[in-house]
Amino acid sequence: MKILVCMSNVPDTTTKVTFAENNTKFNTQGVQFIINPYDELALTRALEITEKQTGTVTVINVGLADTEPNVRKALAIGAHEAVRINAEPLDAYFVAEQIANYAKGENFDVILTGRESIDYNGGMVAGLLGEMLNMPSINVITAIEIENGMAHLERDIDGGREKLDCPLPFVASAQKELTDPRIPNMRGIMAARTKPLKVLEPAGSQANTLTTSFELPAPKGACKLIDVADAGKLIELLHAEAKVI
Amino acid sequence: MKIIVFAENQDGNFKKSTFEAISYAAQIAANNNGHVTAVSIGNVGAEKLAELGKYGADHIVSYAQEIFHSFSGEAYSKALSHAAKSLNTNLIIVSNTYSGKTIAPRTAAQLSAGIVSGVISFPDMQNGFKVRRTVFSGKAYADVNVNTSLKVLAITPNSFAILDQPKTAAIEIMDAGIGSENVHTKSIEIARTTGKVVLTEAELVVSAGRGMKGPENWHMIENLADILGAATACSKPVSDMHWRPHSEHVGQTGITIKPNLYIAIGISGAIQHLAGVSSSKVIVAINKDPEAPFFKAADYGIVGDAFEVLPLITEAAKAFKSQQA
Repeated sequence: MKILVCMSNVPDTTTKVTFAENNTKFNTQGVQFIINPYDELALTRALEITEKQTGTVTVINVGLADTEPNVRKALAIGAHEAVRINAEPLDAYFVAEQIANYAKGENFDVILTGRESIDYNGGMVAGLLGEMLNMPSINVITAIEIENGMAHLERDIDGGREKLDCPLPFVASAQKELTDPRIPNMRGIMAARTKPLKVLEPAGSQANTLTTSFELPAPKGACKLIDVADAGKLIELLHAEAKVI
Repeated sequence: MKIIVFAENQDGNFKKSTFEAISYAAQIAANNNGHVTAVSIGNVGAEKLAELGKYGADHIVSYAQEIFHSFSGEAYSKALSHAAKSLNTNLIIVSNTYSGKTIAPRTAAQLSAGIVSGVISFPDMQNGFKVRRTVFSGKAYADVNVNTSLKVLAITPNSFAILDQPKTAAIEIMDAGIGSENVHTKSIEIARTTGKVVLTEAELVVSAGRGMKGPENWHMIENLADILGAATACSKPVSDMHWRPHSEHVGQTGITIKPNLYIAIGISGAIQHLAGVSSSKVIVAINKDPEAPFFKAADYGIVGDAFEVLPLITEAAKAFKSQQA
């Protein structure tokens, strides 16, 4: 079983988001970067699958050299090998094209992504990859078991849950319940130093969208406080003043 | 400008987010000498199809062959692409629902179209084509230019009003010639939470955190939500402790929502949680700690214990609803 896990390098969830260069760039100063939490779940589940059966897990990241500590971390968690496409991840389409371009020659059985990256929240890469590789894509999966070339999956749908089957190969994106993330241990960290990390140059595709500027939401006005004794008045205010009920 | 809209249905009924998407497209069309085709995929009756004209569709296309009776990202995206090609489309609109997010990128890849998801603005076409989207789970906005001639936009539910702009729209049955060899997934079972408001589409949300002390007290939250016709949600610790299902977790690593009203009970308001709810129109924070960060993000606040405050607002909500009835 060959599994490819796609990972993004994202700001830690506690980051206070600010922008630089006249609001055209995310301000990375003092920001801690982590493996996108959903990608980490995908990675852990991929490892669980290959530990139960046999197989290898490859992680791939589209990013410049500054993402390498987190790519190494993925190796420390247990991935067998890593690939970094040496390019700025310009948009979802660009990233998917780079990954598809690599995956085409590698015959992966399963390709996993996170449901979205917690910075740009696009959630588009799994679907784009599926189409580019001519594979089915299943979004927001909460469970996956594989036996005899067939995957049994569960995914979130609007207002519920679906159980479905899909033959290999396919692309799927990880939702929160898929598994619990794994923390690298000392042995893993030592082993990661010698595991293969290939750096490949991007294939010449261009992004077809361009983020031109960022803006922070306007700060909220003062909070109107209501006394506990008058708590019931809230309903009246929500109706007559805020007009939301 | 030729616009097509993916008209998503659930069990043969169009969703609220579909009407939002059509209203959105109709407004773009009105300002750009455009034409809107609503594309229904699945088993939808003629009477329901005609509803789409109410919100500004000029033309309705239905792909209702049996292959579409069960949802498949592969088949649905191909039908949408087929419509886009047949109709010389410039712009494809989908709603950013779970199904929309599955189809939109596949269609974009089939047509080499630039795609933007999480869109919360009308396109600015003064100079190119620019839309605004949320990023960092609602902590910020980004303005994005789309440089391809054909564009796909996935718009955020609850971001645009549903407008009555009735048109007489002809219904056309189309066939994309998609066979079973195009569908690999097989649906085994669908379980929907019935009788409850769906969180991702809800206009009103009642949410609670550790201040509720344990899952056994959640009937108080559900009761208030039922009275208001609201969906229930929770904070990360609550879902991590399995007091509530993960599907209710809102925040940066859960789901991002944008209701008209978000009532947060016993949630302190960590930055990750606020990221998921800060786009709500009106926020109410109820917390016994006057220093809770949620009060800085809220429009209304009550400093008090959940167990003391909840019965009071539940009673008031009940009285308000019976008075309205």
